[in-house]
Amino acid sequence: MADRLRGLIPLIAAALVGAAVLLPLAAVIWRAGGLSPLDSRSWDAVWFTLWQAALSAVLSVGLAVPVARALARRRFRGRSALVALLGAPFILPVIVAILGLLAVFGQKGWLSDVLGLFGLPAVRIYGLHGVLLAHVFFNLPLATRLLLQGWQDIPAERFRLAATLNFRPWTMFRLIEWPMLRRIAPGAAMVIFVICLSSFAVALTLGGGPKATTVELAIYQAFRFDFDIGKAAQLAVVQLVLAGGAALIAMKLTLPEAGFGGLDRVVPRWDGSRIVDGFWIALVALFLLLPLAAIGLRGAGALFSLPASVWQAAVYSVSVSIGAVVVTLALALPLALSRRKWVELVALLGIASSPLVLGTGLYLMINPFIAPWDVALPVTAGVNAVMALPFALRILRPAAAQIEAEHGRLADSLDLRGWARLRWLMLPRLGRPLGFAAGLTGALAMGDLGVITLFADPDTATLPLQMYRLMGAYRMEQAAGAALLLLILSFGLFWIFDRGGRANADA
Amino acid sequence: MLMLEQLNIVQGDFGLRADWSVPAGTRVAIIGPSGGGKSTLLGAISGFVEASGRVLWANARLDGLAPGKRPIAMLFQDQNLFPHLTAAQNVGLALSQKRLAEAERSRVENALVRVGLEGLNNRKPAQLSGGQQSRVALARLLLQDRPLWLLDEPFAALGPGLRSEMLALVHQIAGEVGATVLMVTHDPEDARRFAQAIVMVDQGIAQAPRPTGQVFANPDAALRDYLGL
Repeated sequence: MADRLRGLIPLIAAALVGAAVLLPLAAVIWRAGGLSPLDSRSWDAVWFTLWQAALSAVLSVGLAVPVARALARRRFRGRSALVALLGAPFILPVIVAILGLLAVFGQKGWLSDVLGLFGLPAVRIYGLHGVLLAHVFFNLPLATRLLLQGWQDIPAERFRLAATLNFRPWTMFRLIEWPMLRRIAPGAAMVIFVICLSSFAVALTLGGGPKATTVELAIYQAFRFDFDIGKAAQLAVVQLVLAGGAALIAMKLTLPEAGFGGLDRVVPRWDGSRIVDGFWIALVALFLLLPLAAIGLRGAGALFSLPASVWQAAVYSVSVSIGAVVVTLALALPLALSRRKWVELVALLGIASSPLVLGTGLYLMINPFIAPWDVALPVTAGVNAVMALPFALRILRPAAAQIEAEHGRLADSLDLRGWARLRWLMLPRLGRPLGFAAGLTGALAMGDLGVITLFADPDTATLPLQMYRLMGAYRMEQAAGAALLLLILSFGLFWIFDRGGRANADA
Repeated sequence: MLMLEQLNIVQGDFGLRADWSVPAGTRVAIIGPSGGGKSTLLGAISGFVEASGRVLWANARLDGLAPGKRPIAMLFQDQNLFPHLTAAQNVGLALSQKRLAEAERSRVENALVRVGLEGLNNRKPAQLSGGQQSRVALARLLLQDRPLWLLDEPFAALGPGLRSEMLALVHQIAGEVGATVLMVTHDPEDARRFAQAIVMVDQGIAQAPRPTGQVFANPDAALRDYLGL
């Protein structure tokens, strides 16, 4: 009986996730009255969304090829730090990165200053190329990690054989590296394409205007500027079709796994130019470090004179983040421990839905009963929990399966079931992955600038939203200070959770 | 008494049958060529491997019960201890899955003393030698209070000296609690020293147990092949 009840827990978790995703979607579809013809502005948004996502994917993967190859075959001081840095954009708040990119590439940024010395005009960052710049900033590191994994999976013997046969670079590429790239690169590009389809914060800050509006941004504009909920719902259906379709296509491709670590091995090779490899490594290091350095430099001065509203927003953000962590882990743990196949589908729900679509649906559901801004923070935490769930499952499920494979027999023979199995076997051994999943969730929720934009009233804001408002008011000093604070909080939260998980994970 | 009635294991094109019984308190060695199904036989008795037919202990059917519900304690080839728990915690799981009471804790302590690990209660497996790890597992077996022990080459990774030491310890302790022991081994010498009866597993059949002395005095064709005589 008790076992039967315990078997229900993953089902309940799945039902909660299903309800949290499907009910808002149903509300959106119901309000939109199905698929009605789009106006030309909406079509523009659809084309821009597809076009920028495709370009972002191709650029990120294309640039990642020389970078990953350089990292795969060069051993140098700071290599492991650079590889770790490649993981940083994942937990870097989008709005922080944008402020950093503006400081480097903006009209008054460092690049424009340098160009000015040669009498050249300042760069203009807003529009398609700004959106692409930010997307490459976030996804070039991801693509590099995926490809680096691919390079490391090529057996060292092949490179040794190639060296004894004195392959020319082109032969080496054609016979050894190209087959790997053909296997990995399309999947990597697809992952990035799907991520960029739901781009909101980047388009909000660097895009905008009729020529550079994504569907997610159009939902927000319909909501906030036109007060046209029907149109927002219609656009949400469009976004749902786009993201859902892409997710279905992605399911057909074998997607490369971004191992979280284990990229330390350098396969000995005897080819390639040190100078070319050094150029790419330096370029990507500068590209990632300069915006972060800019935040640090500009923000440090303002950090201690931030207005009270920023600190208030920080408190809200920390509570949203911790709330999201608690919800995500409470849902992810029973799902990860369940050996049922349908758990994958639950994860897919989180991937296929986008924050603003969910937000629109939740708004439609909540609005008749209570003022949406009263629940802005819980809704933000909840939506972030659902968004982080696929990542948490991706981390926890294989770990749980491995624990079962290694120790399940012993636990079975000792009749460890249910709570006792959790206490004596799973929880102690899942410490590390749990800490890592909590850290990722916390940092993602901390930095999220999405659904909160729909729900917040002028008096409430999370830290990313408050930062965006400061940028909108051209209070760039304070915005930089808030950015530094947000950066510290995001990375700090990740670090604390991740450390906490490791602390108990000896042997 | 352990009874296997028409036990039949089918895994793909591999099959193994057994139809015999062992009196309670007997030490049995299971020998035979590798891949013959020695471990699979233990798996079927302990419930980790699907099988048709019946498994009875003291005239009660075991087949259909989950492994942890059978009156069976088991040592595997590896992973016999949880690496994140101390020696005492590992042994304590034999008594209770909750916090141990004072009396239970002293029983754990005594069991560890009995297997020669006095003072090592708070060590984790990684801080113990291979032989000491085996002793912790034995201490747990001692407290598990289950009459049937299935040992699947648990000491195979130890050197010959340590291995015979451990076998002697199992011999003693099993005698003290009156446990019935079925042990898989690939070393005929271990089987000869440890077991009162031998089960030969070969060609899809687990033969009925025969007295050890008799088996080695008059090896049949299967045993002669196995021993390379």
